[in-house]
Amino acid sequence: MSLTLAKQQTDQQKASPRRVDGIAKIRGTALYVDDLPCAGVLHGATVRTMEAGGTLQEVVFDPAIDWSEFVVVTARDIPGMNAVKLLEDDQVVLVDRAFRHAGEAVVLLAHADPEKLRMALKGISLVVLPNTAPIFDIDAALAAQQEIIPGNIYTDYLLDRGDVAEGEHLADVVIEERFLTPSQEQLYIEPQGMLAHLQKDGSILVEGSMQCPYYVLDALVQCMGMDKNHLRVVQSTTGGAFGGKEDYPSVIACHAALLALKAGGRSVKLVYERGEDLRVTPKRHPSRTLIRLGANKAGELQFIDMDFAIDGGAYRTLSPVVLSRGVIHAPGPYKCPHIRVRGRAVATNHPPFGAFRGFGAPQSIFAMEVAMDRLARKLAMDPAELRRINLLRTGDVNPTGDVVGADCFAHATLDAALEHTHYYRRLAEYRAWNAAGHQTRKGIGLATFAHGAGFTGNGELHLASRVSLQALANGHVEILCSNTEMGQGAATTLVQIAADALGLPMDRVHLAQTDTSRVPNSGPTVASRTCMVVGDLVQKAAGQLLQRLRETAELVAPHDAQSFAAACARLCAAVGDTLVTAQYQPPTDMRWDEQAFWGRAYASYAWAAYIAEVEVDVLTLETQVIDFTAVQEIGDAVHPVIVQGQIEGGVAQGIGYALYEDVLWNERGVMANDRLTNYIIPTSADLGFMHVVLLEGGLGAGPKGAKGVGELPMDGPAPAIVNAIQRALDIDIRQIPVNPEMLLELTMGRGI
Amino acid sequence: MSTMMRINGEAFRSSSAPNARLLDVLRNECDLKGTKEGCGEGECGACAVLVNGKLVNSCLVPLGQMEQAEITTVEGLPEDSALAQAFVQCGATQCGICTPGMMLAATALLAEHANPTLEEIRWGLSGNLCRCTGYGRIYAAIAQAAGGSADV
Amino acid sequence: MSKWIRPRHLPEALELLAAVPGPYRVISGGTDLMVESHLAPERSSESWLDISGLRELQGLQITEEGIRIGAATSLEAIRQHAEVVAHWPMLAASAAVTGAPPIQNRATLGGNVCNASPAADNAPVLLAYGARLEIAHHHGSRWLPYGDFHQGYRKTALQAGELLSALWIPYPPKHSRGYFRKVGTRAAQAIAKVSIAALIEEDGDGIIQSARFGMASVAATPCTLPSVSQYLLGRALRDIADMQVRQKIKQDIAPIQDIRSTTAYRLEIASRLVLEAIHRCSESKKEN
Repeated sequence: MSLTLAKQQTDQQKASPRRVDGIAKIRGTALYVDDLPCAGVLHGATVRTMEAGGTLQEVVFDPAIDWSEFVVVTARDIPGMNAVKLLEDDQVVLVDRAFRHAGEAVVLLAHADPEKLRMALKGISLVVLPNTAPIFDIDAALAAQQEIIPGNIYTDYLLDRGDVAEGEHLADVVIEERFLTPSQEQLYIEPQGMLAHLQKDGSILVEGSMQCPYYVLDALVQCMGMDKNHLRVVQSTTGGAFGGKEDYPSVIACHAALLALKAGGRSVKLVYERGEDLRVTPKRHPSRTLIRLGANKAGELQFIDMDFAIDGGAYRTLSPVVLSRGVIHAPGPYKCPHIRVRGRAVATNHPPFGAFRGFGAPQSIFAMEVAMDRLARKLAMDPAELRRINLLRTGDVNPTGDVVGADCFAHATLDAALEHTHYYRRLAEYRAWNAAGHQTRKGIGLATFAHGAGFTGNGELHLASRVSLQALANGHVEILCSNTEMGQGAATTLVQIAADALGLPMDRVHLAQTDTSRVPNSGPTVASRTCMVVGDLVQKAAGQLLQRLRETAELVAPHDAQSFAAACARLCAAVGDTLVTAQYQPPTDMRWDEQAFWGRAYASYAWAAYIAEVEVDVLTLETQVIDFTAVQEIGDAVHPVIVQGQIEGGVAQGIGYALYEDVLWNERGVMANDRLTNYIIPTSADLGFMHVVLLEGGLGAGPKGAKGVGELPMDGPAPAIVNAIQRALDIDIRQIPVNPEMLLELTMGRGI
Repeated sequence: MSTMMRINGEAFRSSSAPNARLLDVLRNECDLKGTKEGCGEGECGACAVLVNGKLVNSCLVPLGQMEQAEITTVEGLPEDSALAQAFVQCGATQCGICTPGMMLAATALLAEHANPTLEEIRWGLSGNLCRCTGYGRIYAAIAQAAGGSADV
Repeated sequence: MSKWIRPRHLPEALELLAAVPGPYRVISGGTDLMVESHLAPERSSESWLDISGLRELQGLQITEEGIRIGAATSLEAIRQHAEVVAHWPMLAASAAVTGAPPIQNRATLGGNVCNASPAADNAPVLLAYGARLEIAHHHGSRWLPYGDFHQGYRKTALQAGELLSALWIPYPPKHSRGYFRKVGTRAAQAIAKVSIAALIEEDGDGIIQSARFGMASVAATPCTLPSVSQYLLGRALRDIADMQVRQKIKQDIAPIQDIRSTTAYRLEIASRLVLEAIHRCSESKKEN
């Protein structure tokens, strides 16, 4: 197989067409939920629990306020089931009696005057019997007598290959470590919100900021107790999501719909202010990993033994799936005969944690990659060499027992990264620099990893995604799917794929607005699946449409836009209905045992090697990432500029995860730094150079061999940066974010 | 109390309270939704507009100081400028929520530095947060609009 | 509806402040007050005195002794001013690290000082340069060394009816060198964890004639380092014992743990920065 370096944007051979949504965004005409016209709307607000769990005894409404002016909703007003539709029905839409965390919604209020609404919120107080011993720590939860749920364990997984005891015999060198990663806030710049309308026919329309309209629809069906034909969910332009708008929009939609129902005709807008959004919406799962690695003298891994635990917060929500991905990615892209990864998702009294780009993998990969560097040091071997010795090749067996096929580029990405950064030369340069008594110390560090795209194992099969294409009489074609544009470029790439498959210019193809009354369920926009899985369906549907036009509307090959249009006109005239639908078919060779974590976990892995170069100020211990090289093999870059943007943006979030971002908790288990001035993401002044290198092996499961790339860039930066800092300062780091305060503690008293 | 301003070249009289945020006046009274609220505390820059040619966070500007002010929002920027084209071509916008603020920051920057260095671009944008792009494509767009190469 | 008064002349403003009982919230650039108003609306004022239109409070004038900066002058104007850049480079530097450009276009020096955050970005520099405050009252003006302005956590020496009208900064002494550094949570839009400004003057033999310091985020107010300054007086660089300096610093500051940083970090970094300042200010002299 050949490996090509993806052409950069300026090269004519591979086009990066203008984004279909670009102009509207640049002119400020794209409508986000808070921009939608809604004359006479009522503004909504939420009264929430203040304690980290307990029992609600009474809701007290200040008698001095005329509550008849307000729309008031409590659990009693829920027509359907008081449960947020997710993997389990344990999370309530509104607290009725028992609650498990601070910030749970109890009462919903609406009023036309936002000022009156704000004042009224203060007139509602909750009488509760609080939980006196809330749990906020993973190991405390595992050891606790107090149970939020049995054993405080949502899910317990085991990936077990070979025999770790045997591996211990064969290992000459063993390292043991404990790593911690914090929660991380997605910080989409557009806060969450929904706008709900009760229509004259009794149906309900909810529009807003979201990733997964069908998740929202299903949640409304359950909570409102209404048939899905009387519900309609439409996604508005969404200002960033990164997973943070995967499940919580269902909660907000139910709230807005409940208010709209009770309001009896006036629309209700429920848009969160930034502080509320920070305090209550789901964030990245914190993790704690105990890890032991053993290798022989030659550096070959003999065993990997990990105890990986994530804090799921107070309700199950998506934790089992996050855990699953974390466990599968934990052993890395390495060959190792004896692997045991025990994974547990733990219950605590924090608000539930949820999806954030990477979805468990950044946490476990962090532990593995920093552990690998520890091992390298104990072996007196360069970390790059240790990777080289252990990275998978075609024919090797991977950690889930699958034989690695031709689609394996672990070594290629490592080689490219080392070459691009002049790694060995840099290494020597930085050693010399560090010995020369300068005001800074420099280091270079790497991480090698792979990220599986699409839903794990049989997940895509269960989704049974469907995509439709609608040919219009004028020769234009509409793509109907439930996948959403949230900045990642889905609208553009899906149009590109369709146009390419149909042989049409892009301006003849349009992605229909994601409206559940029109589009089929092509699955959620998560797991880096949109381009690869849904794009593939779009391509198939295009094939089906062409076939239909050829067979029944006299479309002759080769065709152009005109003859295509003529054929469409003929088809529309003849049959009226010009919709074709493609349904997901799983690859035949994909066998996955989800109990045993055995088989082929993902349709495609994308491979990567990231190298970070850091400079630490000796005086203040502030760290700058002075250079960052991200090399990845992604199958095919459908739209090189979009791909580059995804990588750069993901790396920036990864740099934030490594150095700046920390969710600090107050005594009630709620985010204490709930202001942008205190939750620190990098500004333009903080980020240095980023080099993105794309390799295209053409063997992905998506169109033209493409693979999902959206989450991949989140996995590498933190370990690469930590490994670089460790080298710069000759210290051992065990958690992120690596802030100057930590570095001071680690270096105090020694000369650095 | 009423305040007379010029917004995107057109006279506008607002009757909002003097301590009302310019952001709310623009969005709710003028129905100009292009200026966004990302944080309400002057950290994110999504609400950035030009007041008398200067880049400011409209969430921090009280209406009472806007008498006779010249205000430019994203809607007032030329539609097919080199900057607009560069933003589209270079992938400088992803989810788009920071884009109006970025366009205004870039406009202010280019007005002061016709051919900004990378350092000047970084500085000029340092009050505008972007969570999607990592800023790289935005720098490229500004460099291109300034007549340089997008090879940033 | 709230009351908003925007006088055109300083005497008008002062009369209002003197005459009307009950608090006026004085607002210039609004970059602090508008945030407060938004996040804690219950503490919002009903009456605002907008001083952004007072011409007497605008602008920078060079005098024989130094510079007069109107309290309502924007940080952007200060940052770019040729005289400031030439003679008070630390002030140009501190203005440049206050927030980011959109903040600097609105925020004023007087506002930064009167908001009286212990982390105020420009306070250390004003302390190091030995700024004087011109405080106006409808009976007249008084002068106050800036070092006497901060009296406690967010408590200033401004009395009822008074307005800070200008800040006067003398030319730095002929043989003095400055050092300014802000350690923030990130490179822009950051609140200081520790900030330092130093102005050290040596004679021809390298003996320190004066050493002024200003620090932020290490005490309840921006503060000078009187014990350190005292210790350094009359000493040459070679006679300065780092451990002594560290001890004196401990006497002068009281760093705390908060959402941004730890006591240990602030104390250690403050000490390192003071020592760095001393060495740098002396070294540059030696280079000449």
